[in-house]
Amino acid sequence: MSDIMKTNTVDAKSREKISVSDFDFQGAKAEAIQDLTRMDPKDRQQLLMAGVDVNQKERSATYLHMNHSNVHCSSCRPGVEVLDIQQALDTYDHLPEYYWKAVDPEKDEYTRAVAETLHGGYFIRTEKGAKITEPVQSCLFIKGENVGQNVHNIIVVEEDSELNIITGCAVSHDVKAALHLGVSEIYIKKGGKLSFTMVHNWGEEVHVRPRTVGIVEENGVFLNNYILLKPVKSAQLYPSLYLNGTGAVATSNSVIAAPPGSYVNSGSRVVLNAPHTRAEIIARTITTGGTIINPGHLVGNAYPCKGHLECKGLILQDGIIHAIPELEASVAGVELSHEAAVGKVAQEEIEYLMARGLDEDEATSTIVRGFLNVDIMGLPPELKQAIDQTIDEAGEEMF
Amino acid sequence: MLKVENLHVTVGDREVLKGVNLEIAQDETFILFGPNGSGKTTLLMTLMGFSGFTVTKGKIAFRGRDMTRMPLHERAKLGVGMSFQRPPTINGLKLSQLVKLCADDQDLDVQGLAREVNLEHFLERDINSGFSGGEIKRSELLQLMAQKPKLLLFDEPESGVDLENMALIGKMVRRLLQQEYRAQAEKSIREQKDERDTSGLIITHTGHILNYVNADRGTVMYEGKLCCASRPRDILNQISESGYEECVRCLT
Repeated sequence: MSDIMKTNTVDAKSREKISVSDFDFQGAKAEAIQDLTRMDPKDRQQLLMAGVDVNQKERSATYLHMNHSNVHCSSCRPGVEVLDIQQALDTYDHLPEYYWKAVDPEKDEYTRAVAETLHGGYFIRTEKGAKITEPVQSCLFIKGENVGQNVHNIIVVEEDSELNIITGCAVSHDVKAALHLGVSEIYIKKGGKLSFTMVHNWGEEVHVRPRTVGIVEENGVFLNNYILLKPVKSAQLYPSLYLNGTGAVATSNSVIAAPPGSYVNSGSRVVLNAPHTRAEIIARTITTGGTIINPGHLVGNAYPCKGHLECKGLILQDGIIHAIPELEASVAGVELSHEAAVGKVAQEEIEYLMARGLDEDEATSTIVRGFLNVDIMGLPPELKQAIDQTIDEAGEEMF
Repeated sequence: MLKVENLHVTVGDREVLKGVNLEIAQDETFILFGPNGSGKTTLLMTLMGFSGFTVTKGKIAFRGRDMTRMPLHERAKLGVGMSFQRPPTINGLKLSQLVKLCADDQDLDVQGLAREVNLEHFLERDINSGFSGGEIKRSELLQLMAQKPKLLLFDEPESGVDLENMALIGKMVRRLLQQEYRAQAEKSIREQKDERDTSGLIITHTGHILNYVNADRGTVMYEGKLCCASRPRDILNQISESGYEECVRCLT
């Protein structure tokens, strides 16, 4: 291929290739932490920026995994069970219905690594009909140099129950290189409802490879949110949600900012396999110098079903955004649509605000903050507040 | 308050304003008529300082300062404010946030102001997103009420507005122009009049706004030039009787 024929992301794609063996997957065991409020204040701050409140205020349960060990696991509410995955496997005869049933362990080298060496992860299960309003919070935390972290998470939302999960991923403020591999298998039973919000607060030298699959049964609802506003060396994720029961609904929202040096390949796929299913994928991406690849894929395999895909990207100065919206239908009558736009902040909008007395920089950052707003995600107020604060702080550095 | 001298403005490579002279006194409201495409909106956009409107000759002075080349936001800070005809939607920016930004005051009583223009239920909506014609007008007025400019530029405040909204909009424009006097104990109406320091420049096709604001002078823009100033009611009558031709004759 001649240079002129190459797209920018072909070069960038090479950054997704990392060698799992460069990282240490042994020995970084961490001691249990009974009282999270005694953690290093700087670490606590990192957790907070990932949406995790160590005071456990208005949380129904907390799970903290550090490096290669579960260090804290507590449930404060009946109706929801939170266990370390190893403990769950021991207690429930290896979870035959769920363990490696949605994600194929042979999918790629990262899933293979997790299948070979399991460090932990959470098992969260509701009771039938339980409505857990206060969120369960979980955090996968890396503290140490060159740590490779393998986690396997399983969420089961039983029939007619409701659950909110905030899962923050963070590294200690002094960590340089690290690799996080995370397999998540999510099962939403008949009439169940899950709101799952993942907030990433990694570091400039951290590679992240989550592998997530969700399966939604009849009339189940899956609200999936992903927020990445901090630097990351490379992140590659593409959660796939399968709507297998009549009337199932999925929404997948992401808000992603890439500063210089960040490489993010993040998208989502929803497969509508049953009649009367609905799906929406919304991505807002912004780069100030990093690379963002944002695929989105809606697959309609049943009639009637309806899906909409929206990817909007802003390039503030430098950087690359590659939006890849895909629609695929295999039966007549499926309704799928998409809307994609990549560009800069509209001059018309900047001048509108300038006419109200804001200077150009203030106007631009006001518009960008609006663009990145997470109102659509329907988050609990204090989490929204923490994220707004993250946007403000990221904003001061980036735009 | 405002003094425009021999203003020439190009948009793209077309000269739209071809030597405009205009003076508006403190507390005066001036009405601008003219056919579509004559350059009225261009004049307003140039006064506010938007990009794409290039002054090739002439001068704009405001409150004694030359603002011909001044950036948009400095003009706003100096006291020029504009009601937009078709403002853009800004996703994620709520009307309430914008109103506070306009006032540069985080503690502003936004609710109270919004109530006056029946927009208290719109405060948490994204600005201009799905707003009707009348709602856009009222939202523009709300922003200006917070901004408190000394020179108000209105581009067709009555367009796309139903009768019920028109009364409210007319009343609020009147208040913004400080023409709403109330009998009160502390100050006589004469004293209130003397304290007025707000001017207006209003573009209108229909003249409906004249039912609400007192305007002493007006003129017609025709092919980038202004005709002689006269009483707005007289101009309106003349236009409805004999079209814009009579003004052109006056120009030549």
